[in-house]
Amino acid sequence: MPILGADMSAGTLVAWRKQPGDGVKRGDIIATVETDKGLIDVEIFVSGVIETVLVQPGATVPTGTVLAIIREEAAAPAPPLAVEVPPPAALPAFRPPAPAPPPPAPAVPGRLRISPLARKLAAELGVDPATVRGTGPGGAITREDIESAASPKPVAAEPAVPGIGVDRQTRMRQTIGAAMARSKREIPHYYLSTTIDMQRALAWLAEENGKRPVADRLLYGVLLIKAVALALREVPELNAVWVGDRVVPSEAIHVGVAISLRGGGVVAPALHDADRRSLGDLMRNFRDLVQRARAGGLRSSELSDPTITVTSLGEQGVETVFGIIYPPQVAIVGFGKLVERPWSVEGRIVSRPLVTATLAADHRVTDGHRGGLFLAAVDRLLQEPGRL
Amino acid sequence: MTRDEIRATVLRVLGDIAPEADLASVKPDVGFREQLDLDSMDLLNFVIGLHGALNVEIPETDYPKLATLDGCVEYLAATGGGGR
Repeated sequence: MPILGADMSAGTLVAWRKQPGDGVKRGDIIATVETDKGLIDVEIFVSGVIETVLVQPGATVPTGTVLAIIREEAAAPAPPLAVEVPPPAALPAFRPPAPAPPPPAPAVPGRLRISPLARKLAAELGVDPATVRGTGPGGAITREDIESAASPKPVAAEPAVPGIGVDRQTRMRQTIGAAMARSKREIPHYYLSTTIDMQRALAWLAEENGKRPVADRLLYGVLLIKAVALALREVPELNAVWVGDRVVPSEAIHVGVAISLRGGGVVAPALHDADRRSLGDLMRNFRDLVQRARAGGLRSSELSDPTITVTSLGEQGVETVFGIIYPPQVAIVGFGKLVERPWSVEGRIVSRPLVTATLAADHRVTDGHRGGLFLAAVDRLLQEPGRL
Repeated sequence: MTRDEIRATVLRVLGDIAPEADLASVKPDVGFREQLDLDSMDLLNFVIGLHGALNVEIPETDYPKLATLDGCVEYLAATGGGGR
């Protein structure tokens, strides 16, 4: 059961989209699971053949549970390689060395006590040893502990899993609350703010949309997302996740976008490779992402890949956003509403559409200096909208 | 297309955008955004839906005229929505 965010502790397998014996390739959707974020399509990150499924539709299991065993294409004839679906790493795009937020603490802090055999088995079964409670001498993790961790366990037997028996809206509030509480507890936030003159960007957008057919028109928010993505190239320290006790940089730039759900709640799936896409492509992907976020059908990678989130609350009349970082991400960028205000340009006071951009960032990863450079880059990029 | 037909089409497109909305209770003179908690993406999809359903070009500068049900009917009737 993939970990689709720090606030997810369990999921329900709704349906298998592939069956034992079916060939699969990287990127295929092999199952649909239901989480507090709705129905999510689970992608596979290896190519091979499904040997067996270990969890049946309707079962609710904790994150990290092995759902199926897949024989990799290039694997030796025997023994078959057990693969979690997808791999237990919360951020498969850049493969952090250790998976994200392990609920159960290891029996012994610091270096894990685990035999080489158990470690090998854990790798084969896709189990993160750091999430396993050892029952051997001195809390050592044994082969039996790994096998037990790999076996599907009904969530009903796990009293620590919150929200069973309550409605989805309550569960969503609980899980968002848990993630935000964790963020505030563990992440030393720092906050920066800047005011950006949006006149050039808006004038460019109006002209550009005048040339585009209605279905290809751009939203103002897409300019903000693209500017953030390009600014991350200039300040790559903010394009990372915090895993365990260290920062793990991301090579690709996957920007999470906060999308409010009808009936309440929010998700922040990724716009993949946002820096490399044209504004038209980005807009199409954004439309598709919003539609799927609200109707169901997000992909697992879209929930696990972002390193930073962009949230815009301007339409709600908010002027300044004070964001809370979504772990394991390392920053969140907020945009408020456009306000027409006096602004000094070359010694003259003129009226300009202004937006307040804020950055909440993880002090374990960056300092205000880098954060300031990032916001300055966003501002500068928005002054040249034709180059976005 | 008659005004009633335009109105029905507008509500149908709106229903596609906000399937949870109670369209029977939409007040014709109150903004969709306020009544139905629509955002800019919803409104863009609404315009795209109207364009598809009525084959009418809607420049971005005219979006404010589509803010209410009454406004939509007036605008689309005046611009020949539906080919008439």
